[in-house]
Amino acid sequence: MKVSMEVNGRAVSGDIEGRTLLVDFLREGLHLTGTHVGCDTSQCGACTVHVDGAQVKACTIFAAEAEGAKITTIEGVAAPDGTLSTVQQAFQDYHGLQCGFCTPGMVMAATSLLKDNPKPTEAEIRHHLDGNICRCTGYHNIIKAIMAASGQEMPALAAE
Amino acid sequence: MPKDSGIGASSKRREDVRFLTGTGNYTDDINIYGQLHVHFLRADVAHAVLNGVDTSAAEGMPGVQRIFTGADFEAVGSIPCGWLITDRHGDPMQEPRHPVLAHGKIRHVGEPICAVVADTLAQARDAAEAIVLDYDALPAVIDMKDAIGADAPKVHDDLTGNLCYDWGFVEENRQAVDDAIKGAAHVTTLELVNNRLIANPMEPRVAVGEYNRADDFHTLHTTSQNPHVIRLLMGAFVLGIPEHKLRVVAPDVGGGFGTKIFHYQEEAFVTFAAKALNRPVKWTSTRSEAFMSDAHGRDHVTKIELALDAENNFVAVRTETYANMGAYLSTFASCTPTWLHGTLMAGNYKTPHIYVNVKAVFTNTVPVDAYRGAGRPEATFQLERVIDMAAHELGVDPIALRRQNFITEFPYATPVAVEYDTGDYHATMDKLIDIADFAGFDARRAESEAKGKLRGLGVNCYIEACGIAPSNLVGQLGARAGLYDAATVRVNATGSISVMVGAHSHGQGHETSFPQVISEMIGIPEDQIDIVHGDTSKIPFGMGTYGSRSLAVCGSAMVRAAEKVINKAKKIAAHLMEASEGDIELKDGRFSVAGTDKSVAWGDVTLAAYVPHNYPLTDIEPGLEETAFYDPANFTYPSGAYSCEVELDPETGHVKIERFCAADDFGNIINPMIVSGQVHGGIAQGIGQAMMEGCAYDSDGQLLSASYMDYAMPRAGDVPFYTVDHSCQTPCTHNPLGVKGCGEAGAIGSPPSLVNAVLDAINSGPGKKVAHINMPLTPSRVWAAMQ
Ligand code: FES
Ligand code: FES
Repeated sequence: MKVSMEVNGRAVSGDIEGRTLLVDFLREGLHLTGTHVGCDTSQCGACTVHVDGAQVKACTIFAAEAEGAKITTIEGVAAPDGTLSTVQQAFQDYHGLQCGFCTPGMVMAATSLLKDNPKPTEAEIRHHLDGNICRCTGYHNIIKAIMAASGQEMPALAAE
Repeated sequence: MPKDSGIGASSKRREDVRFLTGTGNYTDDINIYGQLHVHFLRADVAHAVLNGVDTSAAEGMPGVQRIFTGADFEAVGSIPCGWLITDRHGDPMQEPRHPVLAHGKIRHVGEPICAVVADTLAQARDAAEAIVLDYDALPAVIDMKDAIGADAPKVHDDLTGNLCYDWGFVEENRQAVDDAIKGAAHVTTLELVNNRLIANPMEPRVAVGEYNRADDFHTLHTTSQNPHVIRLLMGAFVLGIPEHKLRVVAPDVGGGFGTKIFHYQEEAFVTFAAKALNRPVKWTSTRSEAFMSDAHGRDHVTKIELALDAENNFVAVRTETYANMGAYLSTFASCTPTWLHGTLMAGNYKTPHIYVNVKAVFTNTVPVDAYRGAGRPEATFQLERVIDMAAHELGVDPIALRRQNFITEFPYATPVAVEYDTGDYHATMDKLIDIADFAGFDARRAESEAKGKLRGLGVNCYIEACGIAPSNLVGQLGARAGLYDAATVRVNATGSISVMVGAHSHGQGHETSFPQVISEMIGIPEDQIDIVHGDTSKIPFGMGTYGSRSLAVCGSAMVRAAEKVINKAKKIAAHLMEASEGDIELKDGRFSVAGTDKSVAWGDVTLAAYVPHNYPLTDIEPGLEETAFYDPANFTYPSGAYSCEVELDPETGHVKIERFCAADDFGNIINPMIVSGQVHGGIAQGIGQAMMEGCAYDSDGQLLSASYMDYAMPRAGDVPFYTVDHSCQTPCTHNPLGVKGCGEAGAIGSPPSLVNAVLDAINSGPGKKVAHINMPLTPSRVWAAMQ
């Protein structure tokens, strides 16, 4: 079957099987390999993208369900000249990533959080990231980066 | 004023930009024209006689190219084990054959039996469902003590039983230890389980095999921490491919934690099948497959006895450990519970008599091997727990008991065969007491109690042996490889530098920290220096990244190579300035003649090396490129003191981690930001082990924890902000940078203080006193222990 959608501002279409997941269409069909697959039970969040502005795990929906939707993936977050978004820049500044595998999902989740809640508390950030697993950072610097991206002071315990 | 570049600066990581913009190149992002996909049909029983495999219905299904079975690999080598252990009696360990695909017998759930290669992955999966296996299930051996019982079913029929080895260390000390324990004023005994874990790097394993018939050349792209190790093991021992006909590439790798050190069957399969089919073959592990095919970690059952004299001095330690090997010997399975565990049993303490016994056991479970810390967390946990228990029994302060027994003079030769070069255990303990605000604990405990909660504080020390390892020493201990590393410093004509390193970065930030060292040495900006790693066709033969060795071993090789480059460049500079070589100084990227105002820039010298018109051609060769191999003289010994503060709800057994503090001594530090990040990540994995992670098998050998819904990994809400400090620095005395390594400390140092803290909380309350709870300390276990 044929599917059409807008990905990172570009109209795209492709021939897919009914069972093709959105994440596989992005990775294999469109060669947008920044969206990662870390599990097969929709638990890890490495595949997080935005669908019509909402945060969605791209392994939980079929590509066909995204017919006509506007999708943003990690490749569409920085400015066209390569300037990193506020969230991306904060992740670099505060060492919010190590191996980088969870990072696209973390950035998409954090971006979505700050859109709805521009000044989240530490607890709200931790709660929002419940569906995104990182095995490298212990989350410390991810939380710091998101607080910094929202322009907030760091709590004393996070100072180091 | 913190530095903004070079050694000691928190330079921002350059690799971040590609990871943050989705432009990294992980193995699963590699797709090669004409590639086929493989799906492995894996065992769903733990132990069975495999009578036959009927692939006839599957062969003709759409897209199927070929179905491989164990029979196709009869002429192929066994997946090798990299370390031979000699047992207490001088006999070699039992070493079973480890086939690429199961043949004749199934030995664990998840073992690959058939490999279906098809045009698409979906077609391969569909066809696998049409394969019929003919097997007779056998009783599975899961529990280690059962496995070495007299009538236990054998995992390997051709071995004498399920005992891989019975290792004693140091065997000659055994009697002295027994005597010391007999004569001691007090002996504390603790029996514990070091829970089985699954490393779970977020990137599942992937392997893509390629074959070029024109020049009989193989390429394997794989998620590995050490591409040269894979090339050696797979080329020489499994497939018989000469090394000059085999390239192994490990591009961006999404975390390893040990589990991507080892050579796995899937790598050998795709390399083999790519030649057999003359097409590239790709395998991407699902997470479900990862749970039952990645090597697991830990899984020790231990009894430890600590003997003290009447003044509370430690006089002896005796341990007996059962270590699970799983069904086969993974690459470093045999050395993890022996040399990486027994040699650390002195910890930070001057115990004169130590004896360690380890029985390694085969079971019908996934192979077990090194996971972050590898043997050292198991050593630290038992020692630091038994010390806390002894303090309790004797009614003394656990910190004072530790301090009283600290090693304070260096170098210090332990009774377990290693020599600590430096350390200052009082300094890290003092630092911990400061950063963790122990002074305010009583007030915080009172606050918790006012809310009906219990509050506990737990402390522990740790020492580890990193920077593995001196090759002649490990050779004597049974290693089947050297453990040096290598680097090539290639200076380009215009002065920029590419450094090819044997270490592999899969989160550690080498692309940033290694250039900081070269920048410091030469005085050119960091962005003039690039690191190349992860491709055997580009880098010198290095042993890769594990055991916190990258900077201590490969970084040392890089320094040696850079020194050679600088020495040669000084000769060129001397020629250009018509000065004597001994008078040349290099500073801030300029060579000058001492005592004069003559100088030439780095770039002038490098250009002369490649355009040698005015050049001492009779004395030295053109060009500026040097390689060094570095074999460490000793291990390095990072150490530290950790503390944890928890609040426990006695109604539910739920534990909230309120504070976690770490005071580490890593020697000199190149990039403090990266070091803190490594400690954070290690602590989170330690919290995972102590509080929630547990790999569970049922008695039939079914893996019960085979997804993120059953295997609990720490999430953002499960952990606190950590307070980490690495200002206590006793530099390593035997490597040029004075560095010790920081990658594993957090995972080694954190579980004991978590458990100590929970027990302190429980025992501060009015209820039942509890001496020990086995990890993970889930609410139900904690609550049950309190009843
Ligand atoms: S891949 Fe989508 S949640 Fe893990
Ligand atoms: S940075 Fe490696 S999993 Fe998060």
